[in-house]
Amino acid sequence: MGNVLVLAEHRQGELRDISIEMLALAPSVAEALGGEVMVLLLGSEVGPMAEKIAGHGVKVLVVDDPLFADYNSDKYQKVLSALIDDYKPKLVMMGQTAQGVDLAPALAVEKGLPFVPDIIGLEVEGGVIKATRQLYSGKVNAQVALKEADTGLVTVREAAFEAPDPSTAGAVEKIDSPLKEDLDYRKFVEYIEAEIGDVDITQSEILVGIGRGLKEDKNLPVAEALAEVIKADLCGSRAACDAGWLPDDRQVGTSGKTVQPKLYICMGISGAFQHIAGIKGAKTIVAINKDPNAPIFAEADYAIIDDLHKIVPQLTEKLKELKG
Amino acid sequence: MKIFTCIKYVPDTSEAEVKLDSEGTGVDSSRFSFDINDADNYAVEESVLIKEKHDGDVTVVSIGPKNSDVMIRMAMAKGCDRAIRIEDERIAAHDPLMVAKVLAGAIKDQEFDLVFTGCMAEDYGQAATGVALAELLGVSHAAYVKKVEIEDGKVKAHRELEGGLREVVEISLPAVLTIQTGINEPRYAPIRGIRQAQKKELKVMNLDDLGIPEGEVNAEASRIVLEKLYIPVVESKAEIIEGEPEEKAEKLASILVKGGLV
Ligand SMILES: Cc1cc2nc3c(=O)[nH]c(=O)nc-3n(C[C@H](O)[C@H](O)[C@H](O)COP(=O)(O)OP(=O)(O)OC[C@H]3O[C@@H](n4cnc5c(N)ncnc54)[C@H](O)[C@@H]3O)c2cc1C
Ligand SMILES: Nc1ncnc2c1ncn2[C@@H]1O[C@H](COP(=O)(O)O)[C@@H](O)[C@H]1O
Repeated sequence: MGNVLVLAEHRQGELRDISIEMLALAPSVAEALGGEVMVLLLGSEVGPMAEKIAGHGVKVLVVDDPLFADYNSDKYQKVLSALIDDYKPKLVMMGQTAQGVDLAPALAVEKGLPFVPDIIGLEVEGGVIKATRQLYSGKVNAQVALKEADTGLVTVREAAFEAPDPSTAGAVEKIDSPLKEDLDYRKFVEYIEAEIGDVDITQSEILVGIGRGLKEDKNLPVAEALAEVIKADLCGSRAACDAGWLPDDRQVGTSGKTVQPKLYICMGISGAFQHIAGIKGAKTIVAINKDPNAPIFAEADYAIIDDLHKIVPQLTEKLKELKG
Repeated sequence: MKIFTCIKYVPDTSEAEVKLDSEGTGVDSSRFSFDINDADNYAVEESVLIKEKHDGDVTVVSIGPKNSDVMIRMAMAKGCDRAIRIEDERIAAHDPLMVAKVLAGAIKDQEFDLVFTGCMAEDYGQAATGVALAELLGVSHAAYVKKVEIEDGKVKAHRELEGGLREVVEISLPAVLTIQTGINEPRYAPIRGIRQAQKKELKVMNLDDLGIPEGEVNAEASRIVLEKLYIPVVESKAEIIEGEPEEKAEKLASILVKGGLV
């Protein structure tokens, strides 16, 4: 039987979106493999979360134990390893998230599983599981097949699939923890919340975004002048924040902020998926980039393919004139 | 403190079109400039910072072509002590588990306290090699690390989670940490360091030298098959604003103003 085991993810009492997003893929793959979807939820007092997942017409296996109050790679790996032996799923899916990347490769090595990370597509062709993933920041796609095995493993990119709506009621089954006592190689110490800066870019109406294409901090005034004329706040890609051009709290994307401005004008940003994930809520996106193949153009409403230094200063001047 | 830092030589594809090679199973990278993977640059800096603070030495490990020696020398110019470069066509380079096996083969018989990798290599974007390496070495790990504190044989690793949240975990040494960009400010190599780097040891090895049977890390050993590469069709709904730069700026300004967007 070809069951698909999906590892649900949650943090600080909240189910993470990826858990449901994976259910956009899992049922069709399970069907093609002749099995069913089982979602594994490890946590402490996670009853309501289990119900929520089950509402998507899937079976939820719950290990509800204080041992799993917080994510811990060692404990998760032990449990998954045991459950793979017990349930023999044909495929295990988890998120390519800070949690999944910390867990999946070690599990794959331990169990000798065919493993494909960060997938954006999955299908079964003649009994063979095939995944699609991106190389070179989305400029090339690869089709990767998992060789025949009892169990395969993939991690699924966040926000690559739309979370399906709840459907029929599935079942929740409590199972005993295969792990009986705490492990002490790795200890969870604490969470540290993101710092709050002077401007909360998640509330900004207009944002001007800068990326590595700005090249040097001495070019910052190019973006600042534009921002001033249109009363925008400045934000940036991870590369811009890593370089120290902007403080970390101005970073937009998966590891930064999710923003929802009316208007987002970005320059010198390539549009890595981690960045795009943070701007899905922007109403109108204007991208200025000299590379016609930059992935940012797939998201933009207006595109200028050119050197930002030739465009932005003039744009600022024109806007000044028009706005009087 | 004995440290191993894994670095990869990757093409900068951010500003140009990527084309497939004639067989369609690889990428034509002849037009690109190569350099150290971004996250690995931070890993080098972190290892040198720890060496300076806690004493010890740093060995760079890289699987890559001869051309990458310039990158390796640069890491040594910044303070790494020696390097191993592994060059072997037989390694299934598209499979992070095979790459990790080769790296493990170079490290496992040596004494080590810390192994650093980058969190992700920009070319294949797998974010998997470091954690696989930890499992192969049989030591603890933490992925996406943005701060390292070492005390009494333990590491407090600040892991970066989504949305800027961090998780602090405590693990014992030896350990593998996958380093996230922005953890530090990578230094420029001092002139004196560049000169000294030329004299440091750079060993070039293949699978046989490392005692790794080819059948453990080649395409056959890999449990995945890279079937094909293709250039994705990008569907863009964007209105492309054309003209000379000045016209483009003018058109965009009027779209923004007339549309009530600014
Ligand atoms: C775990 C993880 C989390 C991440 N989280 C985030 C995140 O939250 N947010 C984020 O942004 N990234 C994130 N990243 C990084 C992401 O993968 C990219 O590396 C990053 O977004 C690239 O930033 P960039 O677009 O500024 O730089 P690049 O990708 O280097 O792009 C620079 C662009 O500038 C253009 N350019 C250059 N010169 C000019 C010029 N003169 N005029 C016009 N255009 C020019 C180039 O054509 C290119 O497209 C994360 C990565 C990892 C591994
Ligand atoms: N060929 C290689 N040589 C040395 N280190 C590598 C190589 N490939 C990957 N790594 C290391 O593993 C990290 C993660 O790579 P990846 O799993 O491919 O995203 C990189 O940042 C490097 O530190």
